[in-house]
Amino acid sequence: MGFSIKSLREKLSKTTNKISAGIRSILPKGKKIDDALLDELEEVLISADIGPEATMRIIDQARNQYHGGKITDSEQLEELIKTTSVEILKGADSHPNLETITKPEVIMIVGVNGAGKTTTIAKLARYYRSNGKTVLLAAGDTFRAAAIEQLGIWADRVGVDIVKHGQDSDPAAVVFDAINAARSRGKDVVIIDTAGRLHTKSNLMEELKKIRRVAAKAHSGAPHQTYLIIDGTTGQNGLKQIKLFDQAIGLTGLILTKMDGTAKGGVVLAAATQFKIPVRYIGFGETADDFDSFDPQSFVAAIFDSKSDD
Amino acid sequence: MFDELSEKLERVFKTLRGAGKLTEQNIRDSLREVRRTLLEADVNYKVAKDFIQSIETKAIGQNTLRSINPGQQVIKIVHQELITLLGGQVAELEISPMPPTIIMLCGLQGSGKTTLAAKLALHYRRNGKNPLLVAADIYRPAAIQQLKTLGKGLNIEVFYKDDKPVGICRAASAEAINRGYTHVLFDTAGRLHIDDQLMQELADIKKATSPIEILLVADTMTGQDAVNIASEFDRRLGITGVALTKLDGDARGGAALSIRAVVGKPIKVVGVGEKLDALEKFYPDRMASRILGMGDIVSLVEKAQQTVDLKEAARLTEKLQKESFTLEDFYSQLQQLKKMGPLESLLEMIPGIGKSLKGINMDGNELVKVEAILNSMTVEEKREPHILNGSRRHRVARGSGTSIQDVNSLLKQFSQMQKMLKKFTGKNMKAFAGGLPKFGL
Repeated sequence: MGFSIKSLREKLSKTTNKISAGIRSILPKGKKIDDALLDELEEVLISADIGPEATMRIIDQARNQYHGGKITDSEQLEELIKTTSVEILKGADSHPNLETITKPEVIMIVGVNGAGKTTTIAKLARYYRSNGKTVLLAAGDTFRAAAIEQLGIWADRVGVDIVKHGQDSDPAAVVFDAINAARSRGKDVVIIDTAGRLHTKSNLMEELKKIRRVAAKAHSGAPHQTYLIIDGTTGQNGLKQIKLFDQAIGLTGLILTKMDGTAKGGVVLAAATQFKIPVRYIGFGETADDFDSFDPQSFVAAIFDSKSDD
Repeated sequence: MFDELSEKLERVFKTLRGAGKLTEQNIRDSLREVRRTLLEADVNYKVAKDFIQSIETKAIGQNTLRSINPGQQVIKIVHQELITLLGGQVAELEISPMPPTIIMLCGLQGSGKTTLAAKLALHYRRNGKNPLLVAADIYRPAAIQQLKTLGKGLNIEVFYKDDKPVGICRAASAEAINRGYTHVLFDTAGRLHIDDQLMQELADIKKATSPIEILLVADTMTGQDAVNIASEFDRRLGITGVALTKLDGDARGGAALSIRAVVGKPIKVVGVGEKLDALEKFYPDRMASRILGMGDIVSLVEKAQQTVDLKEAARLTEKLQKESFTLEDFYSQLQQLKKMGPLESLLEMIPGIGKSLKGINMDGNELVKVEAILNSMTVEEKREPHILNGSRRHRVARGSGTSIQDVNSLLKQFSQMQKMLKKFTGKNMKAFAGGLPKFGL
């Protein structure tokens, strides 16, 4: 299976090196810290989409430690930045709900257009399958042309059931049927696909609320998880996406996609300073295997540890 | 979309205005705020740095310090620099001297290529051309089906054959020549700019078909990486321009500035909604105005001109003047307004309004309610609202899924409006008929 940390790091480091120089290029071993170095560090963090606010927070911390004489060289600085980043990411993790869930567990996937929802659902389905669970997909994107077909192809490839209605049908009705079908077929997990929507369109956000309500009606406690898909190339708008989707339907986690490019996905670090919504998974490629559960440590390492050898 | 940037810049310049005199120091302080704002807007940090430097030089170098309103002068410089950075002029899509005009769309996964292809095809067809859509994304599951479905809905031909993308595009070009298509739109698969093999595929398509336009389709929400993406696509393909998508969201769109500044290729079209006619040209000056909080009244007027039925507008004006404006006429006015698109995007274009409406839900839901109430009335009731007695009002409320209070409040407001109209009759009626009076529940 492709779910090892190593493969994630290889995938990420393969690409993070190529265009943008990593933290190493400005933090060669043993270099003394000064204000100019801290300024350069600011640029590195900004260019990883960590955003000015979270960047300032990290830099200020480093500056205080430096002025207080606690750190003096680049190695200590690098260590400090990594620890701070990991702490920020871990701080967003809420306590997992330990209540036992009556089968099926219902997972709702939401996000803006083009974030990678459908592909992620395929990956998530495969992930659950490889953990011995049975999965059923609900083709809730009834708006985009051929979205139902796209999910259907993935269902075949991954080998899971799918419940679908026609194009332009009511997504809430699809969800209702899917949950009932999953119950009668004894499935462990239902994953709901929804149409991409910009968080600013309140009528479309209302539609999501309705889907949520109907899911709860079909199965008490559903949806048990609501994940927002965030495109790894997204900048600071990701913060607004998280805020508005959370306001509308309540998010339990984030899934960061397209991490096989040169973007570093730092917006989730910025998000972790503001919201108590943890990143749950990370996607980094087009096959169903390019997926892993999110680990703050290896994420930070993969982002900052670009080797300077090429 | 750029409203928040505008707001911040406004705040920055308010402190500038407040200062009796501009000094080099307070220009620098203010520009530091501008820089931070640009970074929050996802403008690439290098681009932001250059931008600030060029402004600083200009602001300090000019006689700004002695002018009567130095703050305004700095705003003018920032505005001008933004226009320049955004490309200065409106850039048109090229037309091939020898038809067909071939346009290749490329970009990352999920940037909006397929939707944009359909939008462009519709745009050309509306201009009397004969476009051909080409499904060259053989990788993403159901991508071909997606384009076919879109094409079918628009009644525009979609070309596909079982082949490699290069073969599909080559065959499509030949088909276009044979069958007299004027415009050919290649919808290619989304790919990473660092995927050597797939980037080579695009280069091969370019070589085989010589498209006159190679548009990089970029998501407005893109962060700092926009410059890497754009410069890599440009290096491999020599892009001719950029299409900016999902501009109807609330992303501040710093990526637009970054891409433009780094690759120097113009932004030629923008996608502003999910409907297939939501495609616009890119106007650097308007965009710069929006960035500075000056609104975008020109786009609003244009939109009105495109969608409002002039005869109907004239009829309504006349009715207003004759004091015979009824709920039925109001309903018709409402329909015209709806054609112009979501209320929120219209309001955003009105100078100053974006800010004052913040936090208020202006998505047209109120109007939906009004419309529902009107829909539940008979023609007679709309013409003679006074016949609406208690039981009729009750019926209307039930029929429209609203409350009797909603119906009452609508009728009350309408009668107030009629009274107001009587006062104003003859004065400024033309201006009045163009816009909807303040109306809502």
